[in-house]
Amino acid sequence: MIAAYLVLLIPAIGIVFFALNGHTQNCGRLNTRFNALTLAATVWLALNVLNNGTLLSAGKALIVDSFNVYLIVLTAFIGLTTAIFSGPYMEHEKQRGKLTEKRLKVYYSMYQGFMLAMYLVLVTNNMGVMWVAMEGATLATVLLVSLYRTPEAIEAAWKYFILCGVGIAQALFGTILLYYAAVQIGDADYALSWSVLLDNAGKLNPEILKIAFVFMLIGYGTKIGLVPLHNWLPDAHSEGPTPMSAVLSGLLLNDALYAVVRSKMLVDGATQSNIAGLLMMVFGMLSFLVAALFLHRQKDIKRLFSYSSIEHMGVMTFAFGIGGPLATFAALLHMTAHSLTKSAIFVTVGHAAQLAGTQSMEHIRGLIKTQPKIGWGLLLGTVAIAGFPPFGVFTSEFLVLVATMHSYPWLAPLLLLGIGIAFAGLFRHIQPIVYGEQPEGQLPIEVNLWPVMIHLALVLWLGLAIPDFLANWFSKATLLISGSMPL
Amino acid sequence: MNIEQQDFYTQAILSMAALVGLTSFLMLGQGRLLRLIFVFALQGLLLTLTTALAAYSTNNHHLYISAFLTLVLKVMFIPWMLRRQVLAMNMHRDVEALKNNTALMLTGASLMVFSYYVLHPIVLTSSAIMLNALAVSLSVVLLGMLLMISHRQAVAHVVGFMSIENGLFFAAIVATKGMPMVVELGVAFDVLVAAVLFGIFFFHIRASIDSLDVDRMNRLHEVDQ
Amino acid sequence: MNWLIAVIQTMLFVALAPLLSAWLKWCKCLLQNRKAPSLLQPYRDLIKLIRKQPAVAEQASWIFTRSPYIIFSAMVLAASVVPLITVDLPTTASADVIVLVGFFAFARFFLALAGLDVGTAFGGMGSSREMTISSLAEPAMLMAVFTLTMTASTTNLALAMEHVLNEGMVLRPSFVFALFALILVAIAETGRIPVDNPATHLELTMIHEAMILEYSGRHLALIEWASQLKLMLYGVLIANIFLPWGIAQALGAKALVYGLLAIALKLAVLCALLAIAETLVAKMRLFRVQEYLSFAYLLGLLGMLSHIILEASR
Repeated sequence: MIAAYLVLLIPAIGIVFFALNGHTQNCGRLNTRFNALTLAATVWLALNVLNNGTLLSAGKALIVDSFNVYLIVLTAFIGLTTAIFSGPYMEHEKQRGKLTEKRLKVYYSMYQGFMLAMYLVLVTNNMGVMWVAMEGATLATVLLVSLYRTPEAIEAAWKYFILCGVGIAQALFGTILLYYAAVQIGDADYALSWSVLLDNAGKLNPEILKIAFVFMLIGYGTKIGLVPLHNWLPDAHSEGPTPMSAVLSGLLLNDALYAVVRSKMLVDGATQSNIAGLLMMVFGMLSFLVAALFLHRQKDIKRLFSYSSIEHMGVMTFAFGIGGPLATFAALLHMTAHSLTKSAIFVTVGHAAQLAGTQSMEHIRGLIKTQPKIGWGLLLGTVAIAGFPPFGVFTSEFLVLVATMHSYPWLAPLLLLGIGIAFAGLFRHIQPIVYGEQPEGQLPIEVNLWPVMIHLALVLWLGLAIPDFLANWFSKATLLISGSMPL
Repeated sequence: MNIEQQDFYTQAILSMAALVGLTSFLMLGQGRLLRLIFVFALQGLLLTLTTALAAYSTNNHHLYISAFLTLVLKVMFIPWMLRRQVLAMNMHRDVEALKNNTALMLTGASLMVFSYYVLHPIVLTSSAIMLNALAVSLSVVLLGMLLMISHRQAVAHVVGFMSIENGLFFAAIVATKGMPMVVELGVAFDVLVAAVLFGIFFFHIRASIDSLDVDRMNRLHEVDQ
Repeated sequence: MNWLIAVIQTMLFVALAPLLSAWLKWCKCLLQNRKAPSLLQPYRDLIKLIRKQPAVAEQASWIFTRSPYIIFSAMVLAASVVPLITVDLPTTASADVIVLVGFFAFARFFLALAGLDVGTAFGGMGSSREMTISSLAEPAMLMAVFTLTMTASTTNLALAMEHVLNEGMVLRPSFVFALFALILVAIAETGRIPVDNPATHLELTMIHEAMILEYSGRHLALIEWASQLKLMLYGVLIANIFLPWGIAQALGAKALVYGLLAIALKLAVLCALLAIAETLVAKMRLFRVQEYLSFAYLLGLLGMLSHIILEASR
């Protein structure tokens, strides 16, 4: 359990540390070290869980089970690789005069603050604290979205702040209803403890829980970026600094979905039906299709990929909604593959935008000629995210499709259609960017593409053969969520 | 069950619920910012009283702390901050012309009915009193959203945002006599940070568009043009 | 015996009404740093006016000369049905809220007619304004009154008061709204700030004063007295319906004295509050009055709704 406390403690120290010396020369490296330390702590935590099963801290404040522990490790991993990328990136931005030292302080301090909020969402056993941490994540990132202080950035941040704040308020109302249902059956002290609630889920009033779930889905769904609550997402992704886009897409959306799945488990226990799942399927499918169509109309490269994030979150929500072991397994796999791929893509896109000096796709051309590393990175990332074999996204999407055929065969054509539309939408934009004529005077820049390579290699590995321990892990998590083993 | 058969605490809670609902309607139709802020502070005061009442009737000491926090945050700090912004921007004489005030009020009323409809299943498991109190708090939340939709000033948006928080807080007080202490402290902390961030944002928005009219922030589009 | 007390109560009403407006004026003077006139000043004014010969315009018809008497008697009749110090009276049992509203409307009708009768510009203007305001105020008042009568399941004032008394201390959301609505209506109907200013004859803003501009002598005395009665009636209504404690439920001498003291105290406090409000608030533009009254209506409506939703049994 010490490891779990460490996971929370290290970023907490990080906030204070960077708030004081976030402007110094080697801060990027220090930030990397902080994240590496946290990753080490999470790995230790994971080993603990692997050996001893579910861990509950004293007072049932924290819980680490096979479902969240892999998300914790994933969070720490993406946090680390993005930190590796962000050091030189932010240095470059500072040299271009887009940032001041004071804002760098804010950036590094809030980076750690965001990580803390993410870990807290994952490890807490208290549904109320989960909400607080989720709101905390918004508050930590809102200043980062507006970091460049351009009118667009401020507008995006304001939209993000208001929409997410209002949205997530609904989740608090849901949590209050849940608490109301819980105090009726027992001890008020543990009435919001997820593990206690799950044990007594059968006794909770199903009517109240149904209403509560609707509110939680709307609330956390705003954070996931489900259509029609997604408006903040492309703006926040496109106007903030690129490392921020990478962690928002790779982590925040996942954690919001995690909160929804946790709530769904309680509701399923109480209602003994899949009503929560059906709701998730509707919203997931809608987000998936709408986002796939919107991909075609984008002009900003970061907006393009943020719509792709909405699309993939839709797939995951849909898969969790179907609910069987296979679909759940697929959703977990998709979560991992998407997080890794999408953060790799945002890192590459960040470099591409710095190279071309713009985010407008019309003016980014000929990457593969100017700097083959970036060109190939972007191409491979796009191939991976579009769901080409042999990458991991293909495997998970394929599994989702199989699960859909199995449970709701009439939805499978829609799913296939969406995948096709999204594929076309991505490639019509990316093809000229990678292969087109390079503009004159476009010069290579100093880049660090190790994070991208590692991420893509991992996704490839996931696609070719899921390693045994990971498959094992996913199976355990699937057992926990859906109640039976996959396959 | 008739109201005469309820104990005094329940009667008081119901009266508070009615008044809190009224303040939400008052805010909805208010075009002057300073009055809007004043009504918001009034709502905060009602909330403080309700919390103190709940604390007194259940003899629960941590509720006194949250009553105090509400008093400091929502009756004093946030209204003070907003008021200062409005005076600094010299907006206190502007009257925002609300488009179609009647339709707005009718929408508000139908939202109230809607929240009764949504929460109606609750009546099966508990008293009608609980339904009333919860429905009023949900409608405060929804009216807060309507306020944000109908007003253009960033200050009004913040008031709407905070009144949504008020509605949630009221729900927590009446339905469950408050949340666990750690959650309440966390929520209060979030509200405080949000208020400070809003202050920073006013500064940035003013610097970027030289006004606090949110409608003038229109550079970003769903689909690029 | 009962009838005697009923007559005495009505007499008290009529006799004390000028005192109440004197008290109100006194409070206002105190708040505004002015030297207050004696509490007996309204009586002196009335006596002075009654002694004087009224001057009647040549064009005036019988309506003009009869109206003061009609208005005054309507108010006295209204006073006779409102329980002042005791609820247990034969007159109060015979008449109810709707009759009361009817008396008010009757008096107002003749006042407006009288304003039009002489054919001066100001009179017509005042009448039209008065009718505008009252047409807006009446629904609000009825809404508030219906909320009360629904709670007590009767439109009889005395029974309603007794109902509230017997129930003991019950906090009703609907009563809170109805109280506010009724206070707003009362302010509008009795022509106080912020709707009308009883202290000026400013041509652009006056309403009540415009209608009675042509009156003089004993006619004017009666109309002034009637409007003082109206103020007191509204005060007693608000005080006795929402806070009926102290009113005599039986006809003992002790109970009656207590009842008198209680209502005197309540009215004194109410008027002091009104004076404070009148000092703090500025008179609003005539065209804003409809906003003010629709707000009163909204309050009345909310009171009704919260009675149905929050309080009724299901």
